[in-house]
This record gives sequence, C-alpha cells and structure tokens, in this order.
Amino acid sequence: MEKSLMKGNEACAEAAIRAGCKCYFGYPITPQNEITAYMSKCLPKIEGGVFVQAESEIGAVNMLYGCAGSGVRCMTSSSSPGISLKAEGISYLAGADLPCVIVNIQRGGPGLGTIQPSQADYWQATKAMGHGDLRIPTLAPNSVQEMVDMTTKAFKIAEKYRTPVMILADGLLGQMMEPVNFSDETLSCEPYSFGANGHGNKRPKNIINSLYLDPLKLEERINERFARYEKIRLNESAADYDKGAKIVVAAYGSTARVARSAVDKARAEGINAGLFRPQTLWPFPEKQIKDATVNAKAVLVSEMSMGQMVDDVKMALEFKLPVEFFGRQGGFVPNPDEILAKIKEMEGKYNA
Amino acid sequence: MPDFKRPNALIDIPNHYCPGCTHGIIHRLVAEVIDEMGIEGDTIGVCPVGCSVLEYVYFSCDMMQASHGRSPAVATGIKRANPDKFVFTYQGDGDLAAIGTAETVHAAARGENITIIFVNNAIYGMTGGQMAPTTLPGQYSQTTPYGRDTTREGFPIRVSEMLATLDGVAYAERTMAVDPKSIIATKKAIRKGFEIQKNKKGFSIIEILSTCPTNWGLTPLKALDWLKDNMLPYYPLGVYADKGGNV
Repeated sequence: MEKSLMKGNEACAEAAIRAGCKCYFGYPITPQNEITAYMSKCLPKIEGGVFVQAESEIGAVNMLYGCAGSGVRCMTSSSSPGISLKAEGISYLAGADLPCVIVNIQRGGPGLGTIQPSQADYWQATKAMGHGDLRIPTLAPNSVQEMVDMTTKAFKIAEKYRTPVMILADGLLGQMMEPVNFSDETLSCEPYSFGANGHGNKRPKNIINSLYLDPLKLEERINERFARYEKIRLNESAADYDKGAKIVVAAYGSTARVARSAVDKARAEGINAGLFRPQTLWPFPEKQIKDATVNAKAVLVSEMSMGQMVDDVKMALEFKLPVEFFGRQGGFVPNPDEILAKIKEMEGKYNA
Repeated sequence: MPDFKRPNALIDIPNHYCPGCTHGIIHRLVAEVIDEMGIEGDTIGVCPVGCSVLEYVYFSCDMMQASHGRSPAVATGIKRANPDKFVFTYQGDGDLAAIGTAETVHAAARGENITIIFVNNAIYGMTGGQMAPTTLPGQYSQTTPYGRDTTREGFPIRVSEMLATLDGVAYAERTMAVDPKSIIATKKAIRKGFEIQKNKKGFSIIEILSTCPTNWGLTPLKALDWLKDNMLPYYPLGVYADKGGNV
C-alpha cells in the first residue's frame, strides 16, 4: 500500500492499469481528459499496452468492442455528450456479452450543455444506455479513493458476469485532488476464453456477435442475460448509509459529500437526519434504502440534475414515504446550507 | 492439377446469397488465400452490416460481427491487442463509404495493419436497393427512382483513389469479379493485401467491383455486362497505392 495525491481522473486511470487493463481507447472531451492523457503516458511503457486516440467516441467504443471481443481487458472513458455517441457501441457490447469498463465523467446537458459537473446522465446510465433489452451495472464513486476502488471492482463485475460496466462519476470528482491508497491486488491477465483471437486450430472457432435472426435464439440469449442481471441485482448492489434517521437524504457522487455536510449540520442542530448514499445506481440498492428508512418520516433526494434518481427511490420505498427533491443544474454544485434549509423545511412539514 | 474442392477456411454449408451475386466468389477467394497462407488459426474476420452480415457463419476462422460501418475500428481494437494475428474486414459500399467513412479513413490514416475487402456493387443490397455513396450518376435505385441526380444527390465516391492519398495506406487496388481472368486478378490482389499485413507494412484495401442482379433488376449475365459498361468507366481498375515493396 502506498499513498499518493492524485486527481480523480488520474487515479481512475492508474487503478485501471493496476487492475491489469492493457488497452485503452479514448477521444478528447472535457472534463475527462486527464484519463486519456494518463493512459497515453503510461500504457505504451507496459508490455502489450495499447493506447489509441480514436477518430471519435464511436471509433473508440468500437475499438473497445474489438479488443474485448478478442479477449483482452480494456477500458474507455468520456463525458456526457461523448457517452451518447458511445451508446450504439455499448448496446453491441452488451448484446455480445463483452466485459469492459466505461467511465463517464459527467458534465451538464442536454446537447453541448456545459463542461461543469453534473449528474444528468443517471437516466441514460441506469435505464437506457443503448437500444434493446439491456442493463449496465453502474458504480457511483464519491471520492478519489472510490474512483480507485470502484475501477478495480468494475473490472471484476464485468468479467464475473460478462457485461460492460459503467463508472458514473462527475466533473468535480474527476478534477479534484485527494490522497489515495492503491492496493497491491492484481487480476489475472489471461485472455478471456471466449475471445476471437485466432483459434490456432486448437479449439472450435469463437464468434463475437449480437445478431440472432431466429426469434427463439434471440429470446433465449436475452433470458440468459437477464438471469445474469438478476444475480448482479442480488449480489452487487451497494450503499453507504446512516440508520434510524427521521429525515433521510438520498444522494450519490459529489452531491453526497455536500449532503453529508448538510446532514451533519442538521444533527448538530438537533435534527434526526441521515444520509443514504447509493454506490451502485443499477442495481439500485433497494434493500439498503429500506433499512435506512425504517424510522423515516420523509426522504429528500438531492442531485445535480432535475431529480433523475427520484423515481428509483420512490419505487424502492414502494411509494410508502413522501419523497421530495432539491437539486441544482447547469453546472452548479448544491451547497450544504441549501440542502440544510430543505431538511429543516421537511422537518417541520413532516413533524420529524 | 489439384482437385477442385471447397477451401478449408470456408465451412461447407449453403449460403444465403442471391443467384448471380458475386459475394460467394469473393468469400471463396478470401478463403483460398487464408488456406494457401496457412493462417486460418491466426486470422480474425470482421463482418459488416449488409448482405454479408452472416459471414461469421461461413468462414471457419474466428469471427466478429461489427455494427454498421464500424468494422475498421473493431479491427483496430483486435489488431492492436493481437498484433501478430491477421485481421480482415469485409465491407460493402454503404457500410464502408457512407456510415463508416470516418472509421475507414482514420484506420487508413493511422496505417492500421489490417486488410479491408471492399465489395462495391453501387447499391445497398440487404435493405432493398437504396442509393449508395457509389451509386452512379443517373443510376436507378429505390431512393433514386428517377435516377441519381448529381445536382441533388451529389457524386459517387472513388474510395481507392481517395484512400491512396493517405500516407498510412500501404496497398490499395481496385479489381472486379466478373470473369475468370478478373477473378484470378482479384485473388492475387487479396493475397497481396494479406502479405502486406504479414510484413507489417500497414493498411491494405482491395476494392472489388461486384454485381447486385436482384437490386439492379437484371439477370446475372446482364448484370455482369452492366458492370463493365457502366462501373468500369467511373471506377477504373488498377493499383492506386503500393508501398509494400517485394512481398
């Protein structure tokens, strides 16, 4: 173990390399450029390391498809508008069951939006990351340390369940510097057995494909994939939370850090508030939020969006608790006093 | 005289191509080259979206199916991670020269050490005969029912000439697959492309003028004549780039 002071983006890249990611395909877009730059500096110095600056995000995600399809651990990263361009490729990656990691350092949208931090790609990541029946396991770090830990975890989930995995961070996490520890854990670097990398006349040919013109076969493939998604839902959902609070603030990523400060201030003023922080957005930590709200009178969702997580919170709570929302958009990060004011308002309203 | 038999690199099952379509011939030529070079176990093919989408069923080497136009990017990912393996893409004109133009041009510009088999039949086949980027001026298609009007639909793209301007392109040749002589020449060109790749010289593309009797609305024989009368003047055969040296 060693401690370093690093930017979130660089820490994510370093963690990927330490996890045995040999190949990275990227395209410049702010605020994730440090990942691409770090990879361009480090990967060519590693045996078998590959860095390609693609012609577009579409090119990059299809290089990822080719690389993962040939059985080699790989990653790409981008930010919101670029992730939209990668959506086609992500659907094909999911359709061909290819493990890989996709990092989204979110910025504001829609359209070109802003280069400032945002969390407005929650719906895209958790509900519709491409056409067709698919899910993308989505991890939500809230610190540079978690950028590191979740990058390693993302590769493990990707390979265990044969699926693309997304790290949904934001511009604030990507750009901030914090001290981090790197573990000495290394993952096996053997090529995946399903990879199309030349059969060498030693095994049957491998085919990487998402086309099934026979409806029975396509349905069978989708059902098999959703059985894996069900295992992910049961085994991989994660959250960090306070227990027993009357007013529960649900927030992830950078907003969860601000919400933590707001909750601590509220407690100092005698309000029984608590924080619920999902670490996986899909699967949404349903059991955990139930546990966090056993004594709750109401839930406040706070995000840097128009409230994209609100529906998941309501559904997980089976619409049994009032759920309100406070957020900022356009690149603003909420400040603790804004969230505190909303907590106080709800304390009075729900007699908490 | 060796026995005439199916190449090992081509699986012995019926294909889905229309009568008179030249895809079957071109598949065979690629397979023969793979056999002759003894590289089936070291080759990964990338299939396009279009008529040859099911190619992964026909070839006996490892295969990957790409999204529409993205084969050169997919091939880049495979080849960079497996630099000692042979990687080829097999693409039609809509796939390569319309939706996949960026991927094609940039794989060529980077000098990716891959071989592209580019089947140019001047039309979208699988979707029912729409205008392609290589559809000739005046040519009828489902989406140019009055003939391609260059004031409205612009001009066809001469892919080999365009790519030959890029320094990363080690080999670019246009051939056709209409008679024994041109088919033998096409096979030679494909072999050259694979040899260029073997010697790590860079990007190679073999553009093969081909027929689509079904969507051209012609018999197979008349389609061959139409190709010679109409496509050849616009798309002259020849070697447009050859930086391979002796291979």
